[in-house]
Amino acid sequence: MVTQAPSRTQTRSNPVISSIQQFWQKRGGDIIPPVIGIATFLTLWQLISWSGITRLPGPLSLWTDTRTRELMLYPFYDLGGLNKGLFWQTLASLGRVAQGYTAAAVVGISVGVFVGTNPWFNKATYPIFQFLRMVAPLAWVPIALVALQQNQPAAIFVIFITAVWPILINTIEGVQQIPEDYNNVAKVLQLSRKDYYLNILFPSALPYIFTGLRIAIGLAWLAIIAAEIVMSGIVGIGFFIWDAYQQNYISEIILAVFYIGLVGLLLDRLIAFLQMKIAPTRN
Amino acid sequence: MQPTPIQVKARQPEAPELSHSSQSVSDQNFLVFDQVSKGFPTSKGIYPVLENVNLTVRQGEFVCLIGHSGCGKSTLLSLVSGFQQATGGSVTLKGEPILKPGPDRMVVFQSYALLPWRTVFENVYLAVKSVWPSKPEAQKRAIVREHLAMVGLTEAADKKPDQISGGMRQRVSIARALAIRPEVLILDEPFGALDAITKEELQEELLKIWSDHRCTVLMITHDIDEALFLADRLVMMTNGPAASIGEVMNIPFERPRDRDQIMEDPQYYRLRNHALDFLYNRFAHDDDAP
Repeated sequence: MVTQAPSRTQTRSNPVISSIQQFWQKRGGDIIPPVIGIATFLTLWQLISWSGITRLPGPLSLWTDTRTRELMLYPFYDLGGLNKGLFWQTLASLGRVAQGYTAAAVVGISVGVFVGTNPWFNKATYPIFQFLRMVAPLAWVPIALVALQQNQPAAIFVIFITAVWPILINTIEGVQQIPEDYNNVAKVLQLSRKDYYLNILFPSALPYIFTGLRIAIGLAWLAIIAAEIVMSGIVGIGFFIWDAYQQNYISEIILAVFYIGLVGLLLDRLIAFLQMKIAPTRN
Repeated sequence: MQPTPIQVKARQPEAPELSHSSQSVSDQNFLVFDQVSKGFPTSKGIYPVLENVNLTVRQGEFVCLIGHSGCGKSTLLSLVSGFQQATGGSVTLKGEPILKPGPDRMVVFQSYALLPWRTVFENVYLAVKSVWPSKPEAQKRAIVREHLAMVGLTEAADKKPDQISGGMRQRVSIARALAIRPEVLILDEPFGALDAITKEELQEELLKIWSDHRCTVLMITHDIDEALFLADRLVMMTNGPAASIGEVMNIPFERPRDRDQIMEDPQYYRLRNHALDFLYNRFAHDDDAP
């Protein structure tokens, strides 16, 4: 009788516990190493900063410093002008990335399809594209500012010009890599242009296009930070960093860097998710 | 071995379907290769693949091509499908020169060439839709269903090509080809990648479908038994470069053919040995060729 009681509770709670156990057995090996890795990294950083080797504050300063603690606790505050919470700063940067990136996707894919299907144009444009894609995002900033005069369009242009090359070059590659057999099917059936694009060209090139889109989103996010640092006086996480540096709020920079890294990670996951939905890799 | 071909040729001047194809000259000269040559430009000048190819195919005839790899069989067929153009001579279908690919000369590709992102049904439907864009939707779908049923794939209609076996993919490819009623059906080693049992099944299916549809068939094969079972005539090619037709063998067996029956026919082995002799003695493949 005495031994029955605990065994009954055990059987009752079994489904929950066993499912947690199952999850842990399955995914524990994927969760423990990164957690240990991150903890070790943060601890080492904190120790180094305590030791006084560097002026860089440790990760704990994000909480001990009042400015950053408030920034963390109130990401949505808006006192007008440039004095906004980190959510709004990030959102402003994201808005620019969205505009520049969308333009880059539209131009990159359509020009890529055109150039990829026209060998003559491919030869004609190859050296130009290869040359231009080597120009660093920051080098475009003065050019964009001179050409467009205003900060906002110049920032979007810098995103566009940074993100367009991987999309363009991967689309060209994807179109050229369409298996000959599929093109032969299209020729025998004399498929209309529309049917060819919908049934052969896009499905076949889509994995390449998505590779380009995924590289491009990372580059676009890197570029907006760089561009905003150079373009003073705009709401955005990049200029926020520059402003903090000017005023010697080092912990704010670290906090902003966390935001940037996290958003970059989320953007990459977002495109990966879209890729999985739209163009799942076949075995 | 010399008298054999003469004997073979003398014995069967007429294939069974000649009864319906002997009506007009255009039926007799349906597909004509006249002094055809094909060369590819290389850095060292023109590399001749085919030279002096002459062949006349009747409407509704089943012709197999055999020859060692590199002898230009595929090139010869691509001149019919229109993917390539002859550099000399002419290839004409019903008197018209073949200039580009078209659905009247449908190809069953060696690797099936089904679109992996479309279902079996959609793969066939795409062909039907592009050939008859103005047919009513219901009719187009009915044609697709009919041809999938013909190759026994009604159940697999909604599957993607990578969810079905190689033999089933080849059936889809054949269904797609036949659904658009081509005048010439071109098959480039269609059963090469299949296991022996599937291969025999598909050969029988192909033969049955062909006898219902009566389209002209050109088929590349490496398998003499396959050719003897399927074809009215077997075209044997000499080795490249500058390959041409070495010999054309008539295959006289009555249709409909039964595999066991024809294999018991004493002629079967004489024809088979003759083809083997052609391939392995008279035009043996020299692997040490420079």
